[in-house]
Amino acid sequence: MRYLPLDATDRALMLARVGVADIDALFADIPADKRVFQPLAMPAGMSEIEVERALTRMATRNRTAGSAPFFLGAGAYRHHIPASVDHLIQRSEFLTSYTPYQPEIAQGTLQVLFEFQTQVAALTGMEVANASMYDGSTACAEAMLMAHRVTRRNKAVLSGGLHPQYADVAATLARMAGDAAVRMPLDVRASEDIAAQIDDATSCVIVQTPDFFGNLRDLKPIAAAAHAHGALLVAVFTEAVSLGAVRSPGEMGADIVVGEGQSLGNALNFGGPYLGLFATRLKYVRQMPGRLAGETIDADGRRSFVLTLSTREQHIRREKATSNICTNSGLCALAFSIHLTLLGEAGLRRLARLNHGHAVDLAERLGAIKGVSVLNEAFFNEFTIRTPREAKGLIEDLAWRGVIGGLPASRLAPGAGLDDLIVVAATELDSAADRAAYAAALAQCL
Amino acid sequence: MNNQGRPTRSASASPTRRGSFTGNRALDMEEALIFETGRLDASGVDIEEPAPFASRLGGYARTGEIGLPGLSEPEAVRHYVRLSRNNYSIDAGLYPLGSCTMKHNPRLNEKMARLPGFCDIHPLQPVSTAQGALELIDALARALLTTTGMSAASMSPKAGAHGELCGMMAIKAAIAARGEETTRRVVLVPDSAHGTNPASAALIGFSVRAVPAGADGVVSAETVRAVLGPDVAAIMLTNPNTCGLFERDIVAIADALHEAGAYFYCDGANFNAIVGKTRPGELGVDVMHINLHKTFSTPHGGGGPGAGPVVFSERLAPFAPVPHVVRNGEMFELAEHGADGLAFGRMSAFHGQMGMFVRALAFILSHGADGLKQASEDAVLAANYVRVSLKDLMSAPFGERACMHEALFDDRWLRDAGLTTLDFAKAMIDEGYHPMTVYFPLVVHGAMLIEPTESESKTSLDLFIMTLRDLAMSALAGERERFVDAPREAPRRRLDETRAARQPVLRWTKPAPA
Amino acid sequence: MPEIRFTKDHEYVRVDGDVGTVGISDHAQQQLGDLVFVELPAVGAKLDKGAGAAVVESVKAASDVFAPVSGVVVAVNGEVDAEPGLINQDALGRGWIFKIKLADRKQLDALMGQSDYEAFLKTLA
Repeated sequence: MRYLPLDATDRALMLARVGVADIDALFADIPADKRVFQPLAMPAGMSEIEVERALTRMATRNRTAGSAPFFLGAGAYRHHIPASVDHLIQRSEFLTSYTPYQPEIAQGTLQVLFEFQTQVAALTGMEVANASMYDGSTACAEAMLMAHRVTRRNKAVLSGGLHPQYADVAATLARMAGDAAVRMPLDVRASEDIAAQIDDATSCVIVQTPDFFGNLRDLKPIAAAAHAHGALLVAVFTEAVSLGAVRSPGEMGADIVVGEGQSLGNALNFGGPYLGLFATRLKYVRQMPGRLAGETIDADGRRSFVLTLSTREQHIRREKATSNICTNSGLCALAFSIHLTLLGEAGLRRLARLNHGHAVDLAERLGAIKGVSVLNEAFFNEFTIRTPREAKGLIEDLAWRGVIGGLPASRLAPGAGLDDLIVVAATELDSAADRAAYAAALAQCL
Repeated sequence: MNNQGRPTRSASASPTRRGSFTGNRALDMEEALIFETGRLDASGVDIEEPAPFASRLGGYARTGEIGLPGLSEPEAVRHYVRLSRNNYSIDAGLYPLGSCTMKHNPRLNEKMARLPGFCDIHPLQPVSTAQGALELIDALARALLTTTGMSAASMSPKAGAHGELCGMMAIKAAIAARGEETTRRVVLVPDSAHGTNPASAALIGFSVRAVPAGADGVVSAETVRAVLGPDVAAIMLTNPNTCGLFERDIVAIADALHEAGAYFYCDGANFNAIVGKTRPGELGVDVMHINLHKTFSTPHGGGGPGAGPVVFSERLAPFAPVPHVVRNGEMFELAEHGADGLAFGRMSAFHGQMGMFVRALAFILSHGADGLKQASEDAVLAANYVRVSLKDLMSAPFGERACMHEALFDDRWLRDAGLTTLDFAKAMIDEGYHPMTVYFPLVVHGAMLIEPTESESKTSLDLFIMTLRDLAMSALAGERERFVDAPREAPRRRLDETRAARQPVLRWTKPAPA
Repeated sequence: MPEIRFTKDHEYVRVDGDVGTVGISDHAQQQLGDLVFVELPAVGAKLDKGAGAAVVESVKAASDVFAPVSGVVVAVNGEVDAEPGLINQDALGRGWIFKIKLADRKQLDALMGQSDYEAFLKTLA
C-alpha cells in the first residue's frame, strides 16, 4: 500500500525485536470478544486512479459557482484568489507542519501569525487580535463568553441583524452554559431599538455590520448605550472585504470584534474550512480565547516569535481555561495573510470599491424590475430584495435558468415572515453580462 | 491545573555565532516583517478601477489609514518561501509527537480537495445543485460509522475540542430530556486526560471529578464505581489513553456508567491505534469524536484547520445537533433545522469542514478495509519497536508493558545527569528531529510521549532510535553541553518566553518618529 | 519575628497580631519557574481555609494559591501585580500576595512550622 513503507520483512524483524510472535499479541488488551477479525465493511484499498474516479464523479454532481452567474453570499463570499496564494500554502513546511510549540524550528509559522494578528487588528481597528478561531460563528459565540467573563454577567443581547446561524450557535452555547441570550426578532430594515434592550444585567450586545440583510449599521450609539450600563459591544462581520471600504468597528467603539475571514485567501469550500477572526482591546487580552503569537528574543538576542500568554488555554488551565479551543485555523490564516499582503492597503481599497460598485449596479438593475424592491439604504456588497413571488421557488427557477440568485432568507429563518426576501451579493468576480443575465432571468421568472 | 513549570529562558546568552553581513547563513535566511518591507501603496494584484458610480455606503465610508502593507508578487513569494524554510514539517522528517498522529499527508488528498466541484461550491446554494457534496459527506459519515461501530454521525464540529463540546452537549441534552439536568452535574475525567476534556465539560456547566488511574496506567472499573453516583452525567475517557495504553476495563467501565444512568464519552484522539482492530461502539461508548487531522491524515497546516466529526450510539443519536445529511436513495437532503425538537442546537454556521472531508475520504478510500487495519497495526508495531529499543536507557513509567501507538517515558533516568526533559528535547532539534510531545500527560513527571505512526520506514525508525540512544548515552555520560545550550543549529536558539509573557508584544506597531 | 507557617500546598502565612501575610514558598516559586502574572483576590473577600484565593501563573504553568486560614482579605500586594517576578526573587518577603485578617487563630496549629516544612520538602524529593 503506497502510504505504508513497512514490508513483510521489516515487520518480521520488528516483531522479533519487540519479542512477540505476531502483531495481535500487541492488541491483547482488547477484550477477546471485542476484537474485530473480519475485514471492515468497506471496499479494499484503491489506487490513485480509482480514488480519482470515485471522487471526481461526486464532484461533477455539483454545480460550481464559477459555471454560471453567481450572486450568493449570506456569510460566505466568492472572491478571486491570486494564483500564488494556493501555491504558497501548499509548501510542505506550511502544509505539513504542526502547531509551533517548538518555536526554534517554527519561526515561519510564528512570524506569519504575528503578521496576521497585526493585519487583523489593523483591519478591525482594534489593539490586539488572536491567531484565529475556527470560523466567524464560533468566534462570535466565544466573544459572548469572553464578555461574560469580563463583565461577570451572563446575559447577551443578539441583534436581529445577526446571521441566523451565528445566532443559533451563540444561543446553543448560552443555553448549554446556563446563560441567557436574548434574540431580537430578525431585523430586515435595521430599524430595531437594541439600546432599549440593554440593562445592568447585560454582559454584551452583539451586532453585525454589514448585517445579514446587507445593511450598514451605526455602532457608535449602541456602543455608548452598552458602556453606559457597563456592558460590552461585540461587533460581527461576515464579509472581510467590507473593511476595505467601511468604517471599522473599532473606530465605532466596539470592545470585541469577530468575523469571518474566508473572503480573503480561502475558497467557498461548501462551508469549511473557514477562518474566525477575533480582536479586542489590550486591557482584555487575558480573557481572550485562542492562541497568541508574541515577539521576544532568543539566546543570541535575535528577534523571534513564540506562542505566549498560554496560561489562558486549556492545556494549562484545563477546566478553568478561557475556552476549550486547541486547534486554530492556521493554514486558512496563512492564506488570508498572503492574500492581504498581495493586495496591500491600496489593493484592498480598490477591491472593496469594485465590490461595492458591482453591488450598486446590480441593485439598480434588479430594483428596476417591476415588483422587485431593494430594501437597503446603505450597503456594501450585499443587499436584500423583496419579490412578488415566494423566494424559495424563485431561486430554484433562477437556478434552473442558470443563475444562482442569492439566498432565500427563509431558508435560514423559516416561519419568520421572510418568505419573499432574497439576500443578494455581488463581488469583483461578476461581470456586467452576469448582472444583466440575472436581471433578465428574474424578470422572466416573475 | 497544570503546574509542572520549567525554565523559560536561557540562563546565560552564549557568544553569538560568527556573523555575515546579511545575518544569513547560506540557505538559512533572516526575513523581516511585511510591515518593515511593504508599502501601503504597493500591491501584487491588479484590480481594475470601477467606472464612477454613486456610492451607497451612506456615511459609513472608511477614511484614514488602515496600516496594511502590500508587496509585489515576486516580493511576496520570496517573503513566504523564506519564512516557510524556518519550519520543520512531516514532509521533511519524522515528527514523533505523541497524541498528534503526525502521519504522512497524501498529496492525492490535496488534488481531490481542489477539484472545482468541491472547492467552488457555496454551502447555501440550492441543495439540488450540490448533490455530490452531500453524497460525499454521507459517504464519509458512513465510513466513520463503519470503523467505529456507532449509529449516527454529526459532521459539523470544526476540530477535536469542538467535537468534544458537541458530544458533551448531546449528553447534557439527553440528561435534560430525562429531567435530570440539575441533579447530574458531574463529569468524571482521568488526570491523564487532554486539557480539552475538562475544559469542554466546564464550558457547559459540569464540574469535573478526577478518576485516578492505577499504578498500571489504566483506570479500573472498581475505581470508577467508587466515584460514581447519581450526580454523575458522564465519564470522558480517551482510549487508548494518553499514556498509550488500552483501557482494559473499558467494557466494565461502560457497563458501570450505564447502570448508574450516565453516559460514556470517548475521546477519539488516539483512534489510530485501533482502526480495524476493535470498534468503540462495541465497547460501550455512547459518543466519540474523531480527529480527521490525526487518524485520517488531513494536514496540520501549522496548527489548523482540523475537523472533529462526532459519532453517536443509538441512545444519544436523537440529540445530535443540526445539520445532518439525509439520504433518499440516490438523492440527498440537508436537515438544517431540528424537526422533532430533540436536536440540541447548532455547533457552527454551515455544514462542517468540507475541505477536510474530501481529504479524509480520499485517505479512507485509498486504504480501504485492509489498508486501515494495516495502518493501525504498523502504528502500534512502530511504537513498540521504538519502546523496546530505548527501554534499557530511558525509564518508562509502566515498566515492560507493551504500549499501543505511542510509547511513554518519564525523566527519572535523567535526574542523576542533572538534565531535564526539556534539555533532551531541545538537543533532538540539533539532530534534525522535532521533539516528541513533552510534559504531557501530566500524570508522569517530565513525560516524553513518542508516536512514530505507520508512515515511517524501518530505516527511518532505526535512525531515529539510534539518534535517541546516542543522545541518551551522552546525557548519562554527563555531556551536558550537548543539552543545556541546545538547540544550537536551529534558525533560533532558546527563546525568552518569560519576556514574551511579562512584556507581551502581540502585534507590530509603527516605531515613533525619532 | 512574626512566626511563619506553611501548608502542604506550599503557601505560607506569617502572622502579626491578627493579620497574616500570605504568599507561596520559595520551593513553590522554583517549581513554577519565572512568574508572569498574578491574579489577586479582592480586598474584602471572605475566604474559607482551603478555598482558592489567588492564582499565580508562570509561562508554562498555573497554580492556585489556597487560603491557609479562614478570614477576610484586608490588603493585596500591588507590587507583585505589576512585577510578578518579585515572587521569584523574594517569595517570603517583597513577594507576598495578600494579607488576611484571621477568623480563627487555632487553624494555625494545623500548619507546619519552618523546620517541619523543610522536612516535608525532603519527603517530596
